[in-house]
Amino acid sequence: MNQTIEELHELLKEKKITSQELVQESLKKSHEVQEKYNAFVTILDEAKATEITDNPLSGIPFGIKDNYSTKDILSTGSSNTLKDYIPIFTATAVEKLLNAGAIPVNKTVLDEFGMGGTGTSGHTGIVLNPWDPTRMCAGSSAGSACAVASGVYPYALGSDTGDSIRKPAAYCGIVGYKPTYGMISRYGVFPFASSLDHCGVLTRSVADAAIVVDNMKGIDPQDMTSWDSKDLHLYEHVKDDVKGLHCCYIKELCNIESYPNPTEELKSHLENFKNKLELCKELGIEIEEVSVDSALLEALPSVYVAISCAEATSNMSNLTGLIFGPRGEGNNVFEMMMNHRTHGFSPLIKRRFVIGSYILQKENQERYFKNAQRVRRLLVDTWKKLFETYDAVILPVGTGPAKHLDGDKDILSHDTEVLEEHLQIGNFGGFPSITLPDGFINNLPVALNITGNCYNDETVLKIAYALESKMNYKNQIAKEGK
Amino acid sequence: MGKYKAVIGLEMHCELKSNSKVFSSARNSYNEVPNDNITYLDLALPGTLPVVNKKCVHDALMMSMALNCTQPEYMYFDRKNYYYPDLPKGYQITQMDAPVGINGFVEIECKGEKKKIYIHDIHLEEDAASLDHFYDTTNIDYNRGGVPLLELVTEPCINSPEEAVAFLETMRSIYKYCDVSEADTKKGQIRCDVNVSIMDNDATELGTKVEMKNINSFSNVYDAICYEIKRQSELKEQGRYDEVEQETRRFDEETGTTIRMRSKADALDYKYFVDPNLPKFKIDPEWLEEIRNEIPLLANQRKEKYIKEQGLSDYDAGVIVKEREYAEYFENCIALGIETKTAANWLTTQILGFINKEEISLKDFYLTPTLLKQIIDEIDKGTLSTKLAKEVFYKALEEKKEPKNFISQENAQISDKNELETLINQILEENTHQVEEYKKGKTNLFDFFVGQVMKNTRGKANPVLTKEILKEKLEK
Repeated sequence: MNQTIEELHELLKEKKITSQELVQESLKKSHEVQEKYNAFVTILDEAKATEITDNPLSGIPFGIKDNYSTKDILSTGSSNTLKDYIPIFTATAVEKLLNAGAIPVNKTVLDEFGMGGTGTSGHTGIVLNPWDPTRMCAGSSAGSACAVASGVYPYALGSDTGDSIRKPAAYCGIVGYKPTYGMISRYGVFPFASSLDHCGVLTRSVADAAIVVDNMKGIDPQDMTSWDSKDLHLYEHVKDDVKGLHCCYIKELCNIESYPNPTEELKSHLENFKNKLELCKELGIEIEEVSVDSALLEALPSVYVAISCAEATSNMSNLTGLIFGPRGEGNNVFEMMMNHRTHGFSPLIKRRFVIGSYILQKENQERYFKNAQRVRRLLVDTWKKLFETYDAVILPVGTGPAKHLDGDKDILSHDTEVLEEHLQIGNFGGFPSITLPDGFINNLPVALNITGNCYNDETVLKIAYALESKMNYKNQIAKEGK
Repeated sequence: MGKYKAVIGLEMHCELKSNSKVFSSARNSYNEVPNDNITYLDLALPGTLPVVNKKCVHDALMMSMALNCTQPEYMYFDRKNYYYPDLPKGYQITQMDAPVGINGFVEIECKGEKKKIYIHDIHLEEDAASLDHFYDTTNIDYNRGGVPLLELVTEPCINSPEEAVAFLETMRSIYKYCDVSEADTKKGQIRCDVNVSIMDNDATELGTKVEMKNINSFSNVYDAICYEIKRQSELKEQGRYDEVEQETRRFDEETGTTIRMRSKADALDYKYFVDPNLPKFKIDPEWLEEIRNEIPLLANQRKEKYIKEQGLSDYDAGVIVKEREYAEYFENCIALGIETKTAANWLTTQILGFINKEEISLKDFYLTPTLLKQIIDEIDKGTLSTKLAKEVFYKALEEKKEPKNFISQENAQISDKNELETLINQILEENTHQVEEYKKGKTNLFDFFVGQVMKNTRGKANPVLTKEILKEKLEK
């Protein structure tokens, strides 16, 4: 189970292992990981082997984030509002994997409905980082990241509204990829902020990410924002040559001089990042430094809050406990809804609903919501402009390795907020974006991110693959260190 | 009223015809089984997404053009957010920013006067579920949830209840002519919100507007407006106009009055924003042209044409254009060469009389214009008297056989009393002996006379009538 999809598929084909053995191993590891890190909402002990076909995913176990609707299988979104919800239909992306012969073995914990970046707000409790259980996995795809890093299976599904695949991947030392918006159908994925929500995958190698997304993508008549990507062959092109490509990094984010009081961690992280840019150059990729208006960059976190909270408030208005979910108590239907929502949601989510409602109020819309949308467009246009010259933007992920669960130990600074949040640009523009491990600081993994223009997923993936091949972090399994 | 002028604005909701709902694949059809026309989206199950029904957009655009509105360059939808048990998603998908039509007008005729009613906007949205209230519970039927709805909003340019109803009638006719809706108030397919205010005849400033919600028949619209004008006028008359509040009321059918529901001050903020699940799309001008060409001639246009070109009376033309299928029947008759006045007469009297009595649609009426022509041709040839023609008409309908079957010498009955009397007199004269025998008491000879009549007419004589006349003559 510590191997890549490519390797497992070979072994299965050659009958050196069986699908049944993989399923059993994966379930056994699931229970261990659950015991240690609390990564799952449900472990599917009844999971059955499938026939081995030419599809590289056949017979291989995987994990599903618990905000994907799975027929007859508890799907909670890690929320008390859906703690007993067993859907009657399966998300398109999962359906496609099932058709490929892939075997779901568990449903993974997330921050409630994906609204959080710590992996601490799910209704089943905190997910611990397998490299260091005193630290967080980040979120919201915390359980998926934890499980893949722990070697439960080669991949797990995630969803990404701000950086919910790419940040936990970074903190857990694995690969996190969200393709262009609409490449994978969102049908059946519990919405957080529809204009920002992406499906994607967490793996331990770039090639695996390409294989999985090849099998998840496709136009879906049930999702009007999906598009036909049949001409994109991610895995087929993942090993293509990258010589002559142009990439850039943003000065304001990557230069240590931008930060008045940098921590040692930040210094090492950025230095490590610069070293990896040298590797890119060795691959024949031209790297240039570009400058982006810092006022625009600084607006990024609030733009995200405004848009995501506004959409979330509306998207989650269906959670009333009337048709599904535990029914609230009350003397009339409004009291029942209020009771359900008051008891069902965690305080963090309620806070976001209040912000979202405030922003959408008639008298505030222009000032907050519409302005946020305008700045979103400015940011996206700025990146699109970069993509006219460069094939991708390469940036470090976050300010260093995973943060402590006991937040007091980390120095949080306003100065580094944009560095912490910049992956959200990928959601604003719907850009293909992949995070991959690029080193260690204090025995904890750190990562970089490659983001390209819409529909250029092949390019983004081949850069990631080439760079991954120059480093030693491919397919690494988390070890509790020190 | 006299002293005051009423200012009325209407919001008219009309359910559209379509196979599936406007954003879900569930059936859109009248269904008495609750929660049968539903799919996952109609219950807002987590992860479901709306997919817009192209036919509904097509029909909405057609109505937009039929009402002389301006169409937007891009089509998109907004969410109207509020919590209510009939709205499972917690928001209604509607159009706020860029409705399918704005700034239109429609011409109505009221009390012989023509008037333009201005349309503020017309937009496509989804209907809510229906609630059935019982003593201590409420049942929710999601069948209606997601049914396509066109809402049109007029400018406040209507000045009487008669005009309001004339407008609604005109709109219903347009919807039906364009075949986008059955527009049947009995099935709840049309619902109206009515805004009424009054002002001094010479005033320029509008009075306080009162809204009446969810009125489900045109006669109730009429009554509600009358009541509200009266209520407001009386208050104004008594110097208590400040008691007219900007509020929402409902019309109570039982008492014919309006009852306060809530003040406008309590109005919800619906927090409209563009639905990100339904991507903006450019409306192809070519498609728009195609749709424009599909708009049929509407009732008022046809009426004018029938009067001018076919020389019909205002009344006949009015009856014929009442339904598109009447007008089409009429036009088909004309196309077959039936004289206009004859076609109009048959349609407005015999045919409409028959289908109304039988409560069937003209579409299900057996005698197509081609079959009707068989009868009319015989009248023109003089083979059929008008009276006989009517009999053939009913006979054909009764037996669902082509009229020509009843027109042939073999089958056509002689039901003309005069004709039969002449014939019977002749027979009686030729059989004086039997007449005397009969009169002496040999009553079983009656059948002999009947037989003679039948023999003479080769069975065409109307037997009932024959017996009647014979009895009368013999009993004398």
